[in-house]
Amino acid sequence: MQRFILIAVPYAWLLALFLIPFVIVFKISLSDIALSIPPYAPILDDGIGPFFAALDFENFVFLTSDDLYWKAYVSSLRIAAISTAITLLVGYPIAYAMARAPEEWRPTLMMLVILPFWTSFLIRVYAWMGILSQEGFLNQFLLWLGVIGEPLTILNTTTAVYIGIVYTYLPFMILPIFAALDRLDGSLIEAAEDLGCSRLQAFWLVTIPLSKNGIVAGSFLVFIPALGEFVIPSLLGGSGTLMIGKVLWEEFFNNRDWPVASAVAVILLLILVIPIVLFQRNQQRQAEAET
Amino acid sequence: MNRLSWFNATSLTLGFAFLYLPMIILVVYSFNESKLVTVWAGFSTKWYGELLQNESFLDAAWVTIKVAVLSSTFATVLGTMAAYVLVRGGRFLGRTVFSGMIYAPLVMPEVITGLSLLLLFIGIGLDRGVITIVLAHTTFSMCYVSVVVSSRLMTFDRSLEEAALDLGCSSFNAFRLVTLPIIAPAVISGWLLAFTLSLDDLVIASFTAGPSATTLPIKIFSAVRLGVSPEINALSTLMIGIVTVGVISASLISKRKSVRQQQEEQAAARAA
Amino acid sequence: MTQTVFAPWDDPNEKPLIRFRGVTKRFGEFTAIDDLTLDIFEREFFALLGPSGCGKTTMMRMLAGFETPTSGTIELSGQDIAAVPPNKRAVNMMFQSYALFPHLSVYENIAFGLRRDKLPKAEIDARVLEMLKLTRLEKFARRKPHQISGGQRQRVALARSLAKAPKLLLLDEPLGALDAKLRQATQFELMDIQEKTGTTFVIVTHDQEEAMTVASRVAVMDEGRVMQVATPEKIYEAPNSVYVADFIGDVNIISGKARPAETGTFQLHWADAHAPFVAASDHAFSDGQACHLAIRPEKVAISSERPAEAENAVQGKVLDIAYLGNLSTYHVELSTGLILKAQTANTRRISRRSFTWEDPVWVSWTATAGVLLGQ
Repeated sequence: MQRFILIAVPYAWLLALFLIPFVIVFKISLSDIALSIPPYAPILDDGIGPFFAALDFENFVFLTSDDLYWKAYVSSLRIAAISTAITLLVGYPIAYAMARAPEEWRPTLMMLVILPFWTSFLIRVYAWMGILSQEGFLNQFLLWLGVIGEPLTILNTTTAVYIGIVYTYLPFMILPIFAALDRLDGSLIEAAEDLGCSRLQAFWLVTIPLSKNGIVAGSFLVFIPALGEFVIPSLLGGSGTLMIGKVLWEEFFNNRDWPVASAVAVILLLILVIPIVLFQRNQQRQAEAET
Repeated sequence: MNRLSWFNATSLTLGFAFLYLPMIILVVYSFNESKLVTVWAGFSTKWYGELLQNESFLDAAWVTIKVAVLSSTFATVLGTMAAYVLVRGGRFLGRTVFSGMIYAPLVMPEVITGLSLLLLFIGIGLDRGVITIVLAHTTFSMCYVSVVVSSRLMTFDRSLEEAALDLGCSSFNAFRLVTLPIIAPAVISGWLLAFTLSLDDLVIASFTAGPSATTLPIKIFSAVRLGVSPEINALSTLMIGIVTVGVISASLISKRKSVRQQQEEQAAARAA
Repeated sequence: MTQTVFAPWDDPNEKPLIRFRGVTKRFGEFTAIDDLTLDIFEREFFALLGPSGCGKTTMMRMLAGFETPTSGTIELSGQDIAAVPPNKRAVNMMFQSYALFPHLSVYENIAFGLRRDKLPKAEIDARVLEMLKLTRLEKFARRKPHQISGGQRQRVALARSLAKAPKLLLLDEPLGALDAKLRQATQFELMDIQEKTGTTFVIVTHDQEEAMTVASRVAVMDEGRVMQVATPEKIYEAPNSVYVADFIGDVNIISGKARPAETGTFQLHWADAHAPFVAASDHAFSDGQACHLAIRPEKVAISSERPAEAENAVQGKVLDIAYLGNLSTYHVELSTGLILKAQTANTRRISRRSFTWEDPVWVSWTATAGVLLGQ
């Protein structure tokens, strides 16, 4: 009896507030827009027969007819992929240096990486608005250095979005790579050098392959949330920056077209399934390798 | 290995500068006298004063804290139950679905979670307000709690529970008197995680909040869309300060505790 | 005088405290316990001995109530305990990891089980004090488990499991975590406490010396079956199988065919070119039956000349000498290639060994020195 309650309560909660909402999203993505509130024509209320009769893929057809949507998907994928690559390039040396730092520093360094994670995401993105704007800190600094003659336009461009994603998701990249490198036995590098590798060869042939799991985990942890990101493109990106999270938001709040917003969500989910499954498999393999 | 090479020292310096400079600049400029955010016009705390005068921010802050306390508490209870089921529940019907539902919200884009919950609330005719935000936040943060607690439970020595049963405890008492006190640190960090997640959340709250309840992130977002403002700088500084003090003191406390435990263990071993 | 010998297993009128009847336990495909029947008597110190994976821990966990038999019954004082959950059994367990509650003091750990019974506070106090005294832990009552040494933790675990005065105490590798010296001292302490409290102890161990030292009877287990249950002396001197003989201590095994000789003795034909060995046995082996002679190295004598009176003697050469301080073990290779071990006590400080490598020697033993085994 106790066991039943223990399982049933969280189970029921997740069914009601996680699974069922998805079914509703799916259902609405297949219904017609109506002007009433809620702005969608209910399609399941009449029973299962009419449900299939009324089923249409109009909204999905609409998504393919307007090139805004597929451009937004492609652009989201591109932005997520490029910023994941940049985050890896920025994060790896930091994680490497942390793992090579004296042992008594490491907990403090770890805490310094985790600390930004506890501070508000919104505030961290906001902090860059003041830095990247026309008369912002970065432009002032560069003008003072004399590197540039007149202020650069960075805010409200895709560049600003890259900076924002790299900045906010950097800890997610550093931590798994650091964990992998921290476990790496230093004598392996020495063995490689003893067997005739140069420093760089040892790094390339031993360190990188052995931190592969960390690199893969970190990349997924950046790529997956970046794909559906909303806050960063809407604060740092301009009208030219298309990202699917932003499109969904605007479709919903500005155009009040709920069926289309739901269809956008369904497709975003389908795109996400692939990296999520790959990520899960990577984690599982790693867990199995450890036991 | 003991000394950093210049390359590693440079990566660390640049890396941490990148992570911390933006926030430091934000904090510094919150004490700027000028309304123009980028021109330094002398030290002043006047924006903090104005912030404390701003009723709508104070209201939003109150709603946010209320939501965070309620949702993180519910999430901790539900998440701990879920973790226990995942680690100790054995086999039951629909276990795969259950663990899928625990892990899925961790990777779900917030826009989708927010949208789907909003459609549910409208579908069942629930008025949007504090209650709907609490329900939404509880749902996604319970998953984080259950991940934190279940990783602690996995390393928990099962014979402790068996010893409690052996000494006459019912299984509920064994959990209450033995398991819970020992995993308490993990449960507390689960609560703190849920609390900060709720405190920070903009997207899901935007979907599930109604006109009667606005949270601080929603308020900040709409203000920030119009550009940088010194009042928001002041508010951000306060929030950064609270988190920094909280995280640093928590880590100091746990470090002191583990050092003391280590010393006591060594002393006991020496005495024997 | 016979009254003083504690041997309830020989008394047909004695009722066993625990009775396993045809107990089988399967985990999926794997059979952990295979049709096991066994009696354990009150006040016994009973050892389950075997390699890891032999099913001894499963047997103990079934007694504690953490596992239920797949088939068969387990009785405690004549009652089937299959349906009794662990928290309602008059059985307590001392865990291999000790399983001391890290958030409770030594006192609270010992009082834990008593408090579950809702005893009055004064009674709990008195009982805990008694247990602290028994295990010499009075000074440490307020300490937490991490503030005491490994040996003290072991005693807290023992005190905690004894506090409720169980009918039966189960000890899972109780000394496994202690270092060798402390382990020996603790073995005697355990026996002492068992005697004082009169509780029935069932101990699980893979350490044969430990089992031999503490137990009144030992059950040698292998692959879910009990190979032999007997007193330590019997297990050592009269093993019933090659497995038991080999598991306990060091042994020479000589395989061959039996041929009945005078009453109560058999000839063992072990090599065509050699005379058969003579061995006494109560068992009746048929003519030509395959059998094995198990003989302990300390019962094999070594000499440079053929001893005159020995019933069994064979020549070989010294292959190896292991000097163990108090003893020396000689490995002697026979002409058939068989290697026999002979042990001699080093009663004198040796300035010169009698034998050295490659020396031709005679090894010999009496007809009653070894045991003839059918399997």
